[in-house]
This record gives sequence, structure tokens and C-alpha cells, in this order.
Amino acid sequence: MTDADTLLQLVPKAEAKQTMKDFKSDQEVRWCPGCGDYAVLAAVQGFMPELGLARENIVFVSGIGCSSRFPYYMNTYGMHSIHGRAPAIATGLATSRRDLSVWVVTGDGDALSIGGNHLIHALRRNVNLKILLFNNRIYGLTKGQYSPTSEVGKITKSTPMGSLDAPFNPVSLAIGAEASFVARTVDSDRKHLTEVLRQAADHPGTALVEIYQNCNIFNDGAFEVLKDRQQAEEAVIRLEHGQPIRFGADRSKGVVRDPATGDLKVVAVTPDNEADILVHDAHHASPTTAFALSRLADPDTLHHTPIGVFRSVDRPVYDTLMADQLDTAVDQHGKGDLAALLTGGDTWTVVG
Amino acid sequence: MTSQVSSPAEQADGTVVGEQRTAAGTKDVRRLDRVIIRFAGDSGDGMQLTGDRFTSETASFGNDLSTLPNFPAEIRAPAGTLPGVSSFQLHFADHDILTPGDAPNVLVAMNPAALKANIGDLPRGAEVIVNTDEFTKRAMQKVGYDASPLEDGSLDGYHLHPVPLTTLTVEALKEFDLTRKEAERSKNMFALGLLSWMYHRPTEGTEAFLRSKFAKKPDIAAANIAAFRAGWNFGETTEDFAVSYEVAPAATAFPPGVYRNISGNLALSYGLIAASRQADLPLFLGSYPITPASDILHELSKHKNFGVRTFQAEDEIAGIGAALGAAFGGSLAVTTTSGPGVALKSETIGLAVSLELPLLVVDIQRGGPSTGLPTKTEQADLLQAMYGRNGEAPVPVVAPRTPADCFDAALEAARIALTYRTPVFLLSDGYLANGSEPWRIPELEELPDLKVQFAQGPNHTTAEGTEVFWPYKRDPHTLARPWAIPGTPGLEHRIGGIEKQDGTGNISYDPANHDFMVRTRQAKIDGIDVPDLEVDDPDGTARLLVLGWGSTYGPITAAVRRLRRAGEQVAQAHLRHLNPFPPNLGEILRRYDKVVIPEMNLGQLATLIRAKYLVDARSYNQVNGMPFKAEQLATALKEAIDD
Repeated sequence: MTDADTLLQLVPKAEAKQTMKDFKSDQEVRWCPGCGDYAVLAAVQGFMPELGLARENIVFVSGIGCSSRFPYYMNTYGMHSIHGRAPAIATGLATSRRDLSVWVVTGDGDALSIGGNHLIHALRRNVNLKILLFNNRIYGLTKGQYSPTSEVGKITKSTPMGSLDAPFNPVSLAIGAEASFVARTVDSDRKHLTEVLRQAADHPGTALVEIYQNCNIFNDGAFEVLKDRQQAEEAVIRLEHGQPIRFGADRSKGVVRDPATGDLKVVAVTPDNEADILVHDAHHASPTTAFALSRLADPDTLHHTPIGVFRSVDRPVYDTLMADQLDTAVDQHGKGDLAALLTGGDTWTVVG
Repeated sequence: MTSQVSSPAEQADGTVVGEQRTAAGTKDVRRLDRVIIRFAGDSGDGMQLTGDRFTSETASFGNDLSTLPNFPAEIRAPAGTLPGVSSFQLHFADHDILTPGDAPNVLVAMNPAALKANIGDLPRGAEVIVNTDEFTKRAMQKVGYDASPLEDGSLDGYHLHPVPLTTLTVEALKEFDLTRKEAERSKNMFALGLLSWMYHRPTEGTEAFLRSKFAKKPDIAAANIAAFRAGWNFGETTEDFAVSYEVAPAATAFPPGVYRNISGNLALSYGLIAASRQADLPLFLGSYPITPASDILHELSKHKNFGVRTFQAEDEIAGIGAALGAAFGGSLAVTTTSGPGVALKSETIGLAVSLELPLLVVDIQRGGPSTGLPTKTEQADLLQAMYGRNGEAPVPVVAPRTPADCFDAALEAARIALTYRTPVFLLSDGYLANGSEPWRIPELEELPDLKVQFAQGPNHTTAEGTEVFWPYKRDPHTLARPWAIPGTPGLEHRIGGIEKQDGTGNISYDPANHDFMVRTRQAKIDGIDVPDLEVDDPDGTARLLVLGWGSTYGPITAAVRRLRRAGEQVAQAHLRHLNPFPPNLGEILRRYDKVVIPEMNLGQLATLIRAKYLVDARSYNQVNGMPFKAEQLATALKEAIDD
């Protein structure tokens, strides 16, 4: 049995068949009308019955920001915590309760600015968490300042002459932080989003899913190039494990390795180079190619943005390792005996 | 004067010194009621280990004891310099004692820096054992000795024992296949052997310790044991040490029971494990290494067979975050830190106040502000613990008074956290953490029952008659909300840091509700059941009350004893609960004309007392990184009595 199967079996299954309705809480959803978050919420609520896990064993933990209101709308256990700290809180919960399916909902500011440290350490530890990173490339809840994923030169309330700092690429960052599962999807593509969630849920360890999400108030149309049918054909590269990486009208473009630099580049597919088109291998042990794929996108125009699962590899899961150490300690020393512990080695007796 | 305890600085605290001479070969044996020894050397000389071993020997002999390790923050400060001096002071007695002692009767100085840094603390007539090998011209110049203090008469007032410790150690180990440098390293064991002879300490424990510590290097173990024995034999044979001393076991000072020696951090760790057992909840520690709290992380990580999970987080914030996550999941959750870490954890403590989940925040206080003095003690985080958060965020505060008391204080903090579903501060300090004393090992039946009941089903019926679960519907007596852990069917609920509607726990921005919730959270903490404060006022005639909290218990009690012995009337009370205060505190304060509050800060408890009770309490403060000295406190209290 693989680690994945073992981990999934630790979470009790639902006794009855579930529907999307079972996962809707009684709270009124308060995002702005037209917000991309609605689509993600619907996709997650729609996907949960497929998992078939006992609702009471599912927990959503979030930080602060628009997306972090998410747990209130899920009829599961949930915690809306403080800015940036959800991965840390979820780590304590997941490592102490392996019978829970723990999901983190966060945004680009929450995960990559104030909570950057916790995100990278959760990823390197490979705690059994599913992290949904809603990236709208703007601060929404504080009304429109640039975020750590905003393009350079972004004009916002706090940067009237344009932002100066280079953005993070969350997928590159996650791969650099030793992530075992990294994927990207888009709020408006429910089918793709659901498929990515499915793979993330199946993954033992930390799964990071970057979800491009439109903020129609402060950064409307940020991902339009990926959504507009005509433009998307040239802009979006759909990654599928085991398939050649091709895109564009009639799949006329492809990704090849540049023999001169070892880097990846986009070429027009010809009968001569067709055999050289890179076949996507999400399970490759080395993160090198996944990282190179993450660098294809132009941070300004989003041209050549790969979506799908960049990387999905099996790596020991922190929670499992921690539980194993507890078991080993009992094997080696027996179950803890408090009286013996308190007594220790050197004692003396005072007789009354 | 021959008695070691009759030095002027110590006289008032000593009981009558019985002195008797018995023949032991040609050497005199004298009986003392108590001794204070300080081992001092370079931070690489192994002085802490030497002190620990002498302490263990002394504990197993049955003396009462109290220790004060004192070391620099640098791991290996520049050799031979004053800032690099590390010392370990041990006070042991045939009766009940309270402090590591004001002034050593014996100083072991391994080099000129150790002599220079410590000689000022010794009363005239004290014994000074110096390692003459290290008194080279260069080493002496390094610390500003132009002439050798061993020869210029400056130590005439002391009983000086010049011993070439290094040479003797190397000589004793010449049979071993060791380099000179390796052999020299055992000089601390030679010194320990010599002192063990001088004070008739049992030696089996140290030999067993060395064999086990160097189990994988039997040659090194044998060499250390040889050096230890050589030190003992040196004492027995050399003319310079004509007298050895006996300090009888403190048999009558202790209630019957089985005892061991224990440091504050160890007692605190055991208290947490005991609380986990008594609550029948798994223990989860989320922590980030910080002096002087790291030893708790180290200790707890050794006990995974008790189901203890220790998580060394990426930072202080993640340490408490993970602990809070584990609390949500039903663990007894703890985070351990010192002042700078508390600063970083503040926001999460506020979240825990809002979520109303049990969480222990252990603060081993050290010198501040900022990085401050990491290895020195202080009590200056009290107001941080009380108020260091945004909004109205009351948190109970519990403080242990002695190293062994850290065990009981941990159980008490857990009781409050679990009963009232709240974060609780446990305020220890560097002095308690590293100091040690005998501890009567409790029987498990004596430990409090901390069992909790998780919510199992709906707790509210709506107007429509539906059974529902309300996460913020409170227990009418404790005002605690139910603890409903994930995995419980039907109780799915969402909690968060945004203000919640009373009862339902749903987000609420309603002004009246916020006012109600703020007052309710405060009322819950104010209503915590805390035992009455006990006052020690033997004949009820004292007009001055000395009030303390935390680790000042030892010095304050020693000072009070001195005053009473001198015929003064003084009442004493010591707070374990700083939030809420014991219910009878106001009445006690009003009973006395004068209230003096000694603290190792600039008057933080005094500020709270004055604000809450409108009592003209006076502060007596010391913020030098060291515990109070009993004599100095006694003098200050006498002045207050006479004032």
C-alpha cells in the first residue's frame, strides 16, 4: 500500500452519499458580486462529495484576506485565523490529528508576504496539507495596494508612480522550497480546477495549488489573457502528465529543451522538431524541469503560462514521520511511566 | 574564627554553628551547618558540569541545597577574559535553606579571570582554591593584574590554597594515551575530586555518571575518573588541606518522602507531562529555540513514548501557531519561549483569547529589553504578559516560586487553561529555570484531576425547536465555551479572530454584541477560581507586609527569617496567581500599614497593585540580572520598617 493510500484511509469516510449542498454552511457569502472567489467556492463544494470523507473530519484553516473568509462558507470544521499564519496552525492540527483532512485557504498577500516563512517551511516539511493559494495579484481586503505577485510598475494607491519590486512566481517559489506537489489553475475553468483539486487531494504531503483568481474591483481582468478564448490559445500551456507539451492553434507550438543552455523554450512545431517536444513528467524526481516550466510565463503579459500539475512526487510525509517516532519510542522504551519518570535516577528517602 | 559560615555577610542567616573535631588520621574534620561554594572558570572549563556533579553528590547525600548557575551568552567567549567567566554557585546545608547564598565561603578559581571576576563577592576569611598553572604573566595581564595576586598580598585576608591543578591532572593521567591538551581537559574533575574530599561527598554517583557519559569512549571515561580520584587523594595527602568538613543531611528539614534534585526547567517539563496524563490529552509543544527556555523543548522531545509531540517550528510565531492548531484538535497545547518570543507570539495569543481555546504560554523570563541578557534572570515580562496584546485580551498569569515549584505551577496553569478554555501565561525565569533544589517526588494519586469533557452533541434549541450546536454558548458557572474538536459529527463549526456573536459564534459587527463579548471575556478571566492568598504573620502584630511573586520567594523568605531572628515583626505573602489576583488580596493589603514589593524589575507588580487596590505599595527593585541577596533585602526591609 502506498503512503497516499495509507494516509487517505486514516480519514473516516462519510456514511451516506454527500451532495454539494452538504458542504454549504448557513452563512451568507459576503464577497463582492462577480468575485472569482465564488467560482472557487462552488468548485470546492462541488468536489468535496467526490472525496467522500466524513464532513466532521474535514477542516479548513485560513489566514486574513478576502479569500480567507472561505472557511465560514464551508459546512465543515474551520478556523479563520490571523494574517499569514494558517500554514503554521494547520501544521499543528494536521500533525496531531492524522484522522483529519486539513485544507489551507490563503491569498497572495497572506501566503507570500506576511506568511511567506510559514508557507516555505510547510512545503519543505511536507506536512499533509492541501494549500489553496488564491492569487489575484492585488490586496483586495485593504482596498487595492500592490501585492507580492503584482507586476513591476503596478499603479496602485500605495504605488502611484508604479511598484518597484519584482514579483514572486508562486510555483517557482514552491518548487524551490522542496514542494512535493505544485499545481496552477484558474478560477473560471471549473473542470480544470476540479481536476487539479482531485490530484491535490490524492497527494500525500503538502499540495500547493495556485489559483488565478479575478478581483473584479481592484484588479479586474488580470488574467483575461488566459480566459479569453482566442488569446488563451496562445497564452495558456496545459500540462498533462505523459503528454507532449504543445499548445496554440492546432497545437502548433511546443516546448523544447534548448541544448545550448539546458533551459526550456517555446518553438513552432515542425516535422523536424516534433520528436524533440518535451513530454511532461510531473513525477520526475528532479525538480529542474518543473522549475524551468514555471519560468516560461512572462510575468507582465502572462504569455506562455503553464497550468496543471507541475510537480507531484512522493516524499516522506512529516505527520507520518512524527507518528512513527512516537511509535518507535514506545517500542524502544515502553509506554511512558510517569511515576518512573518523576523518580529518575538519584533519589533519597526522608523517613518521618 | 574557624567556622565557614560565620563570615559577616552570612551571620544573620545561619543557625547556630555546631563545630566538632574528630580525628581522621592526622586531619581534622569539622562540622558545619551550611556551606556556599562557587566554581569559576573559563566558559570552556566545564564549570557547569562540575557544579552539576557536586550538586548531585550533595543531593544524594541528603542536604538541602540551592544552586545558581551563571554563564555568559557566548558559547565560547574569548579564553581567559572577564566576560568569558562561567560560574556555578551551590549552597548546601543540614537545614532548610532558600537561596543559593549571598557570598561564597569557598571559591574555586580555574584562572586569573575567574579569580578577578569573583573575589569581590567573597567575605574575608573565605577559602580560595586557585589553579596556579594558569597564573602566567600573560594570563594575569589579560585581566589587568600587574602583579600576581597570589604573591602581592592582596589575598592575605583569605585562606588561599594555591594548587597546580593542570600539572597535577596531567601527571595523574600520564599512564593514559592522551595528548597533553586532552589530559588538561580533565582538570575540572580533579577539582571536583578535591572538593568532594573536602566536603565528604559521596563519589559513586560521579563515577557512574562519567562512565555513562563517555560510554562510547571508555578511555576518556577512565581518564576522567582517574583525575577525579587523583583530586580526592590530593586532598587527603597534601599538607595544604589540613581540614575537611562535614555538613550533615538535612533530615529534619524535610517532610517524609522520596526526594530528588531538580531544576526549574526539568520540573516544568515534568509538570507538563503530568498535566497531559491527568487531563488524558496528548501533549503538543510548538516551540522555537531560545535561551533560557530551550531545555524544556529538549526535555520534552525525549519523552515521545508519553505521546508527547514536539515541533521545532520555523519561528516563534509558528511555534505558538502550531500549538494553537493542536489545541483546536484537542491536544494539551504548549508553547515555550522567553520575552522576545512572547513579543512575536502576541498576535496569536490574542487569537487564542478570541477563539477561547486552552493554550499554555511558558515564558522563561530573561534580562530585557530586546535581546537583553539572554543568560541572566529578570521578572520584567509581567506587564507584557498582562497587557501585551491589542484590544481587551485578558490572559491568566501563573508564576512558580522555586525550581521544584515549577512542577505544580505547570499543573495549575493547565488546570486554568483547560477549565476556562483560555491561553494561560506561566511566568518562570532564568534563575528558576537553571537553579535546582531537592524535590519531594509526589505520588501520582496526589496529582490533580484535569479531565475535560469535549462537546458531544447539540447544546441549544432554536426558537423553531431545532437542536443545534452553538460554539459560544457558555457554561453558566465558568463562562467557558464548549470544546468541540474536529471529528465530532454534527458539531461542525467555524471560529475565528473576528468578533463573534454571543452564542452562535457567527461573525458579528454589532456594537452591543461587541461590548457584551469584551465584558464577558474579561468576566471569565476575573471569575477564575483562585485560592486565597496565605499570609505568614506569626503573631499577627506585623505592620509591614512584604509581597512578592515568582522567583523572589527564596531571597524574600530568607530576608524575613533574618529580620524575625533579629526581633523584627514582618509579614510575608507570595503570589502564585497574578491574574486574577487571589480574592482576599485587597483585604490583606489593607491590613498592613506598609506594603513593600521587591521585584527584579522597575516595579511591575507594584504598578498593578497600586492601580487595582489603591494601596501605597512601595517598590524595592533590582535589575542586574541576578537574584536578590537575602542580606540586602533584609536591610531594605528593615529600613522600611523603621521608616
